[in-house]
Amino acid sequence: MKLDARIPDGPIEEKWRIWKDNHELVGPRRRSDHVIAVVGTGLAGASAASTLAGMGYHVEAFCYQDSARRAHSIAAQGGINATKDYSNDGDSLHRLFADTMKGGDFRSREANVWRLAELSTEIIDQAVAQGVPFNREYGGLLATRSFGGVLVERTFYCRGQTGQQLLLGAYGALSRQIKAGQVNMHTRHEMLDIVLCDGRARGIVARDLVTGETRSHPADAVVLATGGYSNVYFLSTNAMGCNVTAIWRAYRRGAGFANPCFTQIHPTCIPATAEHQSKLTLMSESLRNDGRVWVPRSRGEEREPGAIPEDERYYFLEEMYPRYGNLVPRDVASRAAKHVCDQGLGVGPTERAVYMDFRDAIAQRGEQEMASRYGNLFDLYEQITGETPWHEPMRIYPAPHYAMGGLWVDYSLQTTIPGLFAIGEANFSDHGANRLGASAMMQCLADGYFVLPHTVTDYLARLEQPHADPGHPAFAEVEDSVQERLERLLRVDGRTPASHFHRELGKVMLDACGVSRSRPRLERALREIPEIGKRFWSELKVGGEERSLNQSLEYAGRVADFIELGELMCRDALVRDESCGCHLREEHQGADGEPIRDDTRFANVAVWENQGRGAPPVRHVEELEFGEIKPKTRNYR
Amino acid sequence: MNFTLRVWRQSEHDAPGRFETYEAADVAPDESFLEMLDALNDRLTVDGGDAIGFDHDCREGICGACSMSIDGRPHGPGGGTTTCQVYMRQFEDGATITVEPFGASAFPIIKDLIVDRSALDRIQQAGGYTGVGTGPKPEPNANPISPEDAEEAIDAAICIGCGACVAACPNGAAMLFTGAKITHLGRLPQGQPGRYTRVQDMVEQMDAEGFGGCTNFGECEAACPKEISIRVIGRLNRDYLIGVLYHPRNPRGGMKPQ
Repeated sequence: MKLDARIPDGPIEEKWRIWKDNHELVGPRRRSDHVIAVVGTGLAGASAASTLAGMGYHVEAFCYQDSARRAHSIAAQGGINATKDYSNDGDSLHRLFADTMKGGDFRSREANVWRLAELSTEIIDQAVAQGVPFNREYGGLLATRSFGGVLVERTFYCRGQTGQQLLLGAYGALSRQIKAGQVNMHTRHEMLDIVLCDGRARGIVARDLVTGETRSHPADAVVLATGGYSNVYFLSTNAMGCNVTAIWRAYRRGAGFANPCFTQIHPTCIPATAEHQSKLTLMSESLRNDGRVWVPRSRGEEREPGAIPEDERYYFLEEMYPRYGNLVPRDVASRAAKHVCDQGLGVGPTERAVYMDFRDAIAQRGEQEMASRYGNLFDLYEQITGETPWHEPMRIYPAPHYAMGGLWVDYSLQTTIPGLFAIGEANFSDHGANRLGASAMMQCLADGYFVLPHTVTDYLARLEQPHADPGHPAFAEVEDSVQERLERLLRVDGRTPASHFHRELGKVMLDACGVSRSRPRLERALREIPEIGKRFWSELKVGGEERSLNQSLEYAGRVADFIELGELMCRDALVRDESCGCHLREEHQGADGEPIRDDTRFANVAVWENQGRGAPPVRHVEELEFGEIKPKTRNYR
Repeated sequence: MNFTLRVWRQSEHDAPGRFETYEAADVAPDESFLEMLDALNDRLTVDGGDAIGFDHDCREGICGACSMSIDGRPHGPGGGTTTCQVYMRQFEDGATITVEPFGASAFPIIKDLIVDRSALDRIQQAGGYTGVGTGPKPEPNANPISPEDAEEAIDAAICIGCGACVAACPNGAAMLFTGAKITHLGRLPQGQPGRYTRVQDMVEQMDAEGFGGCTNFGECEAACPKEISIRVIGRLNRDYLIGVLYHPRNPRGGMKPQ
């Protein structure tokens, strides 16, 4: 596998302009001849599909949900970063770049991060023009707030449902192109494999989830915008349907998988309470603008939180990190919360939770202002827990949330398979070993609106054979192999539902590859996960039939891929013998518990290449170069 | 807790449907309604039966996928929330609970509790956008929007497109859904170009899909998980009337012979 990021020469602030000035074009009259498949209709997929269609390409778009508007970007809460510096606190393009590099613990690619920071302002302009109702200040100008890991207010927001509003903006743009006939939208379709013709991605095989029919959809280029894989942990903040299948099938067909072990455990989620629980709900990071995180100073505290006096409260983030306080990055906050709970200071029935308290902010800002900022989040918390944050502190605990890892892509967002592009959370992207809050939506929309449409154009313009040949034998071969796998899942006919294996896998993953990781636990997981896989394929029970709507079959296929992914994640975590960002190896931490990076051995991206059944995957590296910013110890104290 | 469930089963669109009865035993009060169904489905699957089909995804009340009526109410008891946020502690121990798909002629049943709500997508496609393409845009702060207008816009824009308003309406009307989009865009300067054609296009599509008209029952507002006010229908009617009278889509069309 050859890894060439193909970063243009020139000073960092000129690279994207240089790239755009020199890329090949497809003329307006030729564009409608090209078919582009876009899989996934979240922020990345919907923005890419609508933009490509607006340029004149024909787009075949796919989503597993019953409507493009339901992709899980809809649940993003807090906001989106942009370096407008409306709040006049000294923000700049360089600062957003530097914060993101540092936030990612210097494990991301400089040129990509710079481009992301550069495009951030255009996203806001685009969204406002679409009618996205961002919060406004008195006087009518756009409001901003702060997020973790930064000392400026650069986050734009629509109450606590920014993702919903941005996605509905992109969905509106997509709807317009569907109406115009430029996009053919396949809802309730799940991509189950990609088709390579002579080494190039030339289409996908998808299952119609209503009829159960699988068939191929040829395309001149394929774009995967299929999101992240945190559901490998079983309990996560992701939607129930979020899965790794699309990118995992691409990996199995030769696409490099980068940094699979870089997964974000978000500090502020409603804690898990019982075995039957199917999902964890996020409480936006924006709440840490006003919420103070604390635990009682003494163990075994039995008083109600409101009855505990100020000097007996341990505001551990404020004490440990006085400069950033409650707004430290997510990995730091998650580790600290786990740490105090490990010390026996945790609260609530399971003692695996900490308080997030709004008492002071409500007193200072008033209820009306607080409701405008966080109203829907307070409601959500009350619905789920039956307790109201207006009168008592929230109880929160870290939960799997986001995957920084994903398919390896070059500067053009192209994977190691020519013609296969990956955008948004599906690629390994710009976030290094830890993503800062309000950066995911920024990356999805930068990729989809402003980067990918140009890089796909460049790819198509350079093709000697511009169009996919639907008669190529690869289509029938891949259709057959997809069919065979579905039948195999149905044939196992054991006594155990897929959820059982998923739950079991999740426990192993959270213990071995969660907030903190260690060699013995990872080695044990690498023995246990293949065992789970073996039992899955001999004891599984899937009901129903293949040629019908069958949600058990859909789910079983996803779990099968999660089991394989889990093994790769642990393998990656084991080899990366350093601590960085989310990846805390217990063997590499200072006396204060802070992670210790090893830049001599691991200032790189680990890219895994599948070697087929039975053979272990091969690890390649892309060395990271730092010209604009020198890696230093990440310090938020 | 223990419950008896009466669940609508229908293998596909054209097949006949019927209520089946299931027992849900040892349910924890903090289990969500959908988690209770998950457990039931696992049991059905292991026993060689067919799991109950139901739409669901985010399970935090924002994606709008879950769509069932519980004891005759879209999204079940409680109000102001979606089915995925209904918890078993809200029911009485030993209760018999009836579960049906959203009922509306514009929402054909696909399987069991799953209905086809693509008609709502087509209303959106008819005009629910500002119509700007991707590319350089004006500086947003050059066009201030009062916080009140922004608030009213977002109060409507929070619609999750679940279709509970349609299922609750005795006329099967989609006017709360359509009115929410009309209000959202109509309150913002970005939505002014095309405001009066948008409303006509969307209403025309709404009628073509077989949705009924509003006769002020107010059930939509009561069922809406996001508590969108019925006032958005007032705005829809106002804009529609102005559109038809003063901004006809075919101004040179002349009069139709009576």
